[in-house]
Amino acid sequence: MNLGKSAKSKLLGLISLFVFCSAFASGVAPKSDGDSEGHGAVTSESEINEYILHHIKDAHDFHLFSYNDSEGHRKHIGFPLPVIVYSSKGLRTFMSSEFHHDDSGHHVVESDGISLVKYHERIYELNEGAHGIEFDEAHHPTNAHAVLDLSITKSVFGFLLVSILMLIAFGRLAKQYKKQAVPTGFGRVLEPLILYVRDEIARPNIGEKHYRRFTGFLMTVFFFIWTSNLLGLTPLGFNITGQLAVTFTLALFTYLITQFSGTKDYWKHIFWMPGVPVPMKIILAPIELLGTLTKPFSLMIRLFANISAGHIVVMSLISIAIIMKSTLGTAGATLLSLALSFFLTLIELLVAFLQAYIFTMLSALFIGMAVEEHEHH
Amino acid sequence: MTIPNLVGAGLIVIGAGIGLGNIGGSAMEGIARQPEATNKIQTAMIIIAALLEGLAFGALFLGK
Repeated sequence: MNLGKSAKSKLLGLISLFVFCSAFASGVAPKSDGDSEGHGAVTSESEINEYILHHIKDAHDFHLFSYNDSEGHRKHIGFPLPVIVYSSKGLRTFMSSEFHHDDSGHHVVESDGISLVKYHERIYELNEGAHGIEFDEAHHPTNAHAVLDLSITKSVFGFLLVSILMLIAFGRLAKQYKKQAVPTGFGRVLEPLILYVRDEIARPNIGEKHYRRFTGFLMTVFFFIWTSNLLGLTPLGFNITGQLAVTFTLALFTYLITQFSGTKDYWKHIFWMPGVPVPMKIILAPIELLGTLTKPFSLMIRLFANISAGHIVVMSLISIAIIMKSTLGTAGATLLSLALSFFLTLIELLVAFLQAYIFTMLSALFIGMAVEEHEHH
Repeated sequence: MTIPNLVGAGLIVIGAGIGLGNIGGSAMEGIARQPEATNKIQTAMIIIAALLEGLAFGALFLGK
């Protein structure tokens, strides 16, 4: 009975945490005051669009919220991240706070003889004598060029954070198994999940003979995507799995592992499908070859689109507070957006798990297809 | 977003909705007939739904 009580109180704590999180998330939403117009406060629909798209993109600093102080100056709350760029004169590192939250390419950062500006989260190196970035009609910069950007951006930071969290959690679990059969602490939460990935995803899809080889990869992918998705629901504004580059890399791993572990039968079924007439074989070969590429492509797009769409919808619901303010009043609009975004956040919790599950499941399915040994008749 | 894009997005959503409806409906029917096979049916349903979703999102993404 005691155990049941503590589990219940933990659940209650978890629920109140989510309530707090969604309440805080609406605190991240831009606020508008009657007398602060023209200082960057978000008031109209087009500005909300811009704000949401800015959140979806990767950024060079954490931006939690902004407000106007009593003198009408715009204050930004957040913390900077290191910028690492490889310019024409070598490597340059500085904190992104040197840009002073400027994203329009006007604030020039001088760093050892080169001038850098940030425009739409891209860093450009200005040519000699230029004082601000200028664009031609096709939106190519006329007096600057792009630099190789190796910065620790918001997504890279999140990526590293997830990696460290996973290393700590699973490293401790692995250490515990050396001493005892039953893990303690957080390991008790992880063990059933690990067994779930192994027994429900890897084993039935890949087959009894080969599943052990791929369980490590599948487990890494599953926990990485899940943790990243959950991190995206915190008010810090991470959008790791909503970056095409991240999902591309994950899908690339699945693709490479599938192709390199493919058996003779797998390749035979691609290039010279047995059991069909020769003209059909010639037509089928390119289609099947294309099929190997479309599978990881759909993995990439699915994860990216699901997470991005989820973030966009949550942000839009939060923005209802601003759009409906004139019709419902401040309290009514806030209550409406809070209730809607709270329920959508709950759905997003499900989606966070489901997308990790589907990515891992389909990866296992593709790998299973490649390593399957056909019976010869 | 232009009007053709919006109409295309709507058509994609209609198509995906019909597909998901069929999958979900058939799965429900299957579960009702054979409640002991619920787990297997659910897994298969999610895989097919994911494939369909990938197709729909791919189309939305390319049409953007």
